[in-house]
Amino acid sequence: MSSDTTSPREQWEQAFNASPTRDAEFTTLSGIPIDPVYGPEDGDFPGQYPYTRGPYASMYRSRLWTMRMFAGFGTAEDTNWRFKEIIKAGGTGLSTAFDMPTLLGLDSDDPMSLGEVGRCGVAVDSLSDMEDLYAGIDLGEVTTSMTINSPAAVIFAMFIAQAEKAGVNRAQLGGTLQNDILKEYQAQKEFVFPPRQSMRLVRDTIDFTSREMPRWHSVSISGYHIREAGSTAVEELAFTLANGFAYVELALAAGLDVDAFAPRLSFFFNAHIDFFEEIAKYRAARRIWARWMKERYGATDPRSMQCRFHSQTAGVSLTAQQPEVNIARTAIEALAGVLGGTQSLHTNSMDEALALPTEKAARIALRTQQVIAHETNVAHVADPLGGSYYVESLTDEVERQAEEIFAHLESLGNGSLLEGVITGIEENWFQGRISDSAYDLERRLNAGQRITVGVNDFQAGNEEDQIQLLRITNEDEQRQRKRLDSVRSDRNQDAVTEVLNKLRVEAEDPEVDLMPTLIEASHAYATVGEMMNTMAGVFGRHVEVPSI
Amino acid sequence: MSGERILVAKVGLDGHDRGVKVVARILRDAGYEVIYTGLFQTPETVAAAAVDEDADAIGLSMLSGAHMTLAPLVVEAVRARGADIPVILGGTVPDHDLDELKAKGVAAVLTPGTTAEGIIKEVQQVLDGTQAA
Repeated sequence: MSSDTTSPREQWEQAFNASPTRDAEFTTLSGIPIDPVYGPEDGDFPGQYPYTRGPYASMYRSRLWTMRMFAGFGTAEDTNWRFKEIIKAGGTGLSTAFDMPTLLGLDSDDPMSLGEVGRCGVAVDSLSDMEDLYAGIDLGEVTTSMTINSPAAVIFAMFIAQAEKAGVNRAQLGGTLQNDILKEYQAQKEFVFPPRQSMRLVRDTIDFTSREMPRWHSVSISGYHIREAGSTAVEELAFTLANGFAYVELALAAGLDVDAFAPRLSFFFNAHIDFFEEIAKYRAARRIWARWMKERYGATDPRSMQCRFHSQTAGVSLTAQQPEVNIARTAIEALAGVLGGTQSLHTNSMDEALALPTEKAARIALRTQQVIAHETNVAHVADPLGGSYYVESLTDEVERQAEEIFAHLESLGNGSLLEGVITGIEENWFQGRISDSAYDLERRLNAGQRITVGVNDFQAGNEEDQIQLLRITNEDEQRQRKRLDSVRSDRNQDAVTEVLNKLRVEAEDPEVDLMPTLIEASHAYATVGEMMNTMAGVFGRHVEVPSI
Repeated sequence: MSGERILVAKVGLDGHDRGVKVVARILRDAGYEVIYTGLFQTPETVAAAAVDEDADAIGLSMLSGAHMTLAPLVVEAVRARGADIPVILGGTVPDHDLDELKAKGVAAVLTPGTTAEGIIKEVQQVLDGTQAA
């Protein structure tokens, strides 16, 4: 790309000059010109290996992060309406939250779904719901992220089927499938199949997207939920990257070339309340990922080495007490994400310690990002904290502690991170570490060693009137069941039976990529529950051994 | 207080288990005997486990918003077995749901931000109330 005789700064300049510049005034409020990056001539620069200072040379000088607000509730029509509101309010990407039954691959009329339909996200049972969910939204233009894991392959197939019906070619679709099953066993606990069988489906989606969907991010390797479940920042970082290495080893074992799929992997981190530690975490993540991808997995395409990530402010940091104070917490956390170089960001709403957000609360959360983006000037400089004695030292220490965890997992897997991570799950090692860290923090809070405003100090004001909360009624559940009834009665049942049989036969052969048949089943209006149950008949179901 | 048995449970599809595990450890450290059901239980399996384990109270942890449907079903399932085991609910429960939950037989609700001390106090009050009755 560049010869050895040019200095890092000269190389950076070449890359920067080749990048577009967004329309903004790059001066301070007093008119002092702001350079795109600061640092010594021969120092680290953004867009250069190991990318500690950012994956791209120009960072937010070219394009601001994507303000991707996560939304979903009730039926597909309700969420479609919220999506359109987000786009109208200036949101630049969509992110779909599914309800609990969908996350667990159950239909809305399953007995286990009682009381959960449309509660925590949107209910999707069949292609019919997918059609309503994205109706009137140009999926060739807006990128879409879907938070779905155990049934990721099924929901992804339905998404592709509905885009194709709407006339958008699958190769044009841009977006992200969370599809990170490993952290489900470790933290979020929305699992269906046993780990190894689930990993086969992850392999299938990586394989499929690497062949057919060049704009799609196949896995969003997620530390967010690990952190929310109680881990420390270091554990979040290390478990997430270790999971990433596991997916890389999975795809390599399937015979894929590292540079054919690694550029399509992305990450999702928490933006928690310890401001500098979070920034150090993001910087360490980029450096570690780059080094491992290059040195251990032999990547040669820089995009395979660039850790690009979404971040979301910390749900657990929100308090039910004095909820308006959550706006301040979220703003600080979002700022950490931005100073840490996030590619996209979701800001939580002030009312989310108690319910899904109201439209107003969600709008304030988006406005918080817009204030950071357009008023503060912080986006004008890449890695503005690079070179800070504190942040650099913290970055090194976070990296060092993460490497200790990788070494442990590697020994657990006899040299394989893939085996190490699966063994760690099967032996409850991750789950135990996360519980221990959660309890340790709780004890420090209860002992008064840590203060949460409004919870264990500064309670004056807690008794004031509650803010308005969003209420979801059971009518949505009944409405959704009726929709599902009509889908079942309108479709060609023989076609459904036939394609589900084909799915079962193919599931029995571990060499087959199941994606094409899942897309076929989606077109036939087979339901999420039907496809998942068919596969569970072959794969079995995972049961976690309860431990405190 | 020591020796009283509390069954803590996750009912329904909600996989958020940070709270239930933290509360289980808080209660265990306070001297209670704590049994955890694990995830994805139904009202019937929770009631059956509570009766089988001779629990003095049931602690339900719910963060998915399904508490208005599922918590009363646990109370009913316990009563259907002829047992008198109080059900305590913890999780993301808005204030506007509290009256209805109490009316449907939920003994106490621990809302977000409840401290360890508050949890122990509330649980002990429920246990004392049952014993006095």
